[in-house]
Amino acid sequence: MTQPNHSACLKIISPGTLSLLQDAGRFGMTALGLTQGGPLDVHSFAWANALVGNPLHSTVIEHSIGGLIVQATADCTVAVTGAVLPLLLNGKAVACWQAIRLKAGDELELGYMTQGLRAYLAVSGGFAVALQFGSSATVMREGVGGLHQDGSKLAAGDQIPLAGQAILPALTTPDPQVQQFSLPPLASAAALTKAEQKQSGASTVLSLRLLEGYQHHLFSAVERARFYLNPYQVSTNCDRMGYKLSGSAISCSSRALLSEGISLGAVQIPPDGQPIVLLNDRQTLGGYPKIGTVLSLDCWRLAQTPPGSLVQFSPLDSYQVHNALALYRAGFSPAAKAAHPQHAATQEPL
Amino acid sequence: MAITQPQLRLELAGENAFILYLEPQQISPATAAAVQYYCSLLTPLLGQHLTELLPSYASVLVQFNPLTHSHLSLLPLLNQVLQAKAASAGQLAQQSSKIVELPVWYSAQSGADLLSVAKAKNLTPDEVIQLHSSQSYQVYAIGFAPGFAYLGELPAELAMPRLSSPRAKVPAGAVAIADRQTAVYPAASPGGWHLLGLCPIRMFNPQQQPAMPVAVGDQVRFIPVSEREFQLLGGAL
Repeated sequence: MTQPNHSACLKIISPGTLSLLQDAGRFGMTALGLTQGGPLDVHSFAWANALVGNPLHSTVIEHSIGGLIVQATADCTVAVTGAVLPLLLNGKAVACWQAIRLKAGDELELGYMTQGLRAYLAVSGGFAVALQFGSSATVMREGVGGLHQDGSKLAAGDQIPLAGQAILPALTTPDPQVQQFSLPPLASAAALTKAEQKQSGASTVLSLRLLEGYQHHLFSAVERARFYLNPYQVSTNCDRMGYKLSGSAISCSSRALLSEGISLGAVQIPPDGQPIVLLNDRQTLGGYPKIGTVLSLDCWRLAQTPPGSLVQFSPLDSYQVHNALALYRAGFSPAAKAAHPQHAATQEPL
Repeated sequence: MAITQPQLRLELAGENAFILYLEPQQISPATAAAVQYYCSLLTPLLGQHLTELLPSYASVLVQFNPLTHSHLSLLPLLNQVLQAKAASAGQLAQQSSKIVELPVWYSAQSGADLLSVAKAKNLTPDEVIQLHSSQSYQVYAIGFAPGFAYLGELPAELAMPRLSSPRAKVPAGAVAIADRQTAVYPAASPGGWHLLGLCPIRMFNPQQQPAMPVAVGDQVRFIPVSEREFQLLGGAL
C-alpha cells in the first residue's frame, strides 16, 4: 500500500442511519467462521468505484436509509450511486451516478432515500484502510473490519484517510437503465391499477429468481407450488445478515439437519415455515433446511427493498442462471461499460 | 475403528457453489475423517478453479469464481478428482493427527453450571470434570461466530439439552457443553450451552497468525488447571 497522506481525509460529520466501510468482501476465511461481508448491492458498489476511476473492488462507504454528511479535508473526487436520494453539495442539489469534484472544506449530504435502502460513496484513489483477514469489510456482529479494525460502524468525527490524490476521471454518467438496475419496484407503481401496471410493465412485486439446491428434494411438489405461487412480504426482521419474509408457510419433511456451509442468497425454511433469504453477513454454518439460493443479482435488489414490499420466487435451472449472469455482465456491469463505451449515454464532459 | 465408506453426493448450492454431501449424514469420527480426506483432494484446485472450501460435519461447501467457471464446466473436474481416489479405510484412518491441548480452570466460580450439571447427572463436580477432560474431542466444524469450534463427542453421561432460555452473556473463554458437543466460546456472546469452566487460550485472535489454535479435523484435549495456573496462562475472570 502506498503511504497515505493523513492530512487528506473524508470526515464523518454525521453517519446517518448506518454507514459502513465495505470492499468487495472477505473471501477464503469461512474456515475460521468469518463471514463474507461486503456490499449488499454489488452493482451500485462497483459503479461507484468505476465512476471515480477506481479498481471495482475498492473500499467505499455503504450507507443505509439516509442522513450521512461528510466533509472533505482536501480536494477529491467522489461519486454516489445506489438508492434514489437527494444529494446536496454545500446545500445545493447535485446528481448521483456521476463524478463530483469536492474542494477542501466542502460538505456532501446524502438525504433520506426515496427508492432503495443502500447508497454507495466512493472516492477517487480509494480510502486507505488497513485490511483484516484480507478485507476492509465491516462486519459488526464479528467485530472485524472497518476503519478501526473492530467491526464498528462509522461515527461522527471519524476521519477516513484517502489513499491517493484526487484525479479527475473522465467518465460519463451511465444510462437510467443502469442506474435503476438494482432498485426495487417503485412504490408509486402500487397506485396504478392492475391494467395500468400490465400496460406500463410496472410491477410492485420483486421477482427473486432461485436456483434449487441443498435440501430442495425434501420439499414436496405441493410445498414447492405453494412457495412459487404465493407472494411474500418483506418483514421488519431484515438486516445485513438476512431478510425474513412472511407469507404462506412452507413445510419440509426433514428432521434435524447437520449444520453445513451456507451460500449467499440461500433460502432457509425454519420450523415456522417463513423463508429467510441469507445475505452478506450470514452465519457461515446453519442447520435449517434450504430450498435453494436466490440469484446474486436479485439479492442486490432484495437488499434495496424496504419492509412491507412484496417479493415472489421463481425457479431457474443452472443454464438459465449462467445465462442471466452473462447477460448482466455484457449489459450492465461497469466492467462491460468500460469495454464498450458506446453503450454509455453520451454526456457532457466533466 | 470400523470405517464404512461414505457415499458422495454433489448438490447445487448457489450460482457459484456445490455442496458435497457424505452419506449417510451423521456425526462420527469416520465421517469427519472422510470430510478431511475429500477436502484434501479438492485443496489443490483452490486458486485456479475454486475460491473457497468450507468443511462441516458431513459436507463440504465448494465455491468457485462465477466469472471464470460454471456448474457445467466444473462438474466433470470435480467428479474426476473425487472419484479417481475414492477413500480407502487406510487413507481415512491417517487423517486428523494433530492434537491441541487446551487448559481449563473448572470450578463453580468459573463455570456457572458445573454444580447444576453435576446435580442433574447425579455426579459429583469432580466426576463431571474427570469425564469432560478424560478424552480427546474431534473438531467437527467451525462457525456460529469467528473461532467457535464444535467439538465432539461428549461422553453420554454428560449429555444435557441446551438451556431453555439462553444467557444474555457468556464470557469469552467459557468452556461449555450441550447435547453430545462441547466448545470454548471465542468471545463474549449470548449462549444456551452449560458452562463448566474457563480456558485462558484465546480461540480467535485477529492479531495472531494463525488466528485460531485449532482447525477442522484436529483433536482437542482439555487439561484441568488451577485458578493460579489459569491466571499465569493469561486468563482473567
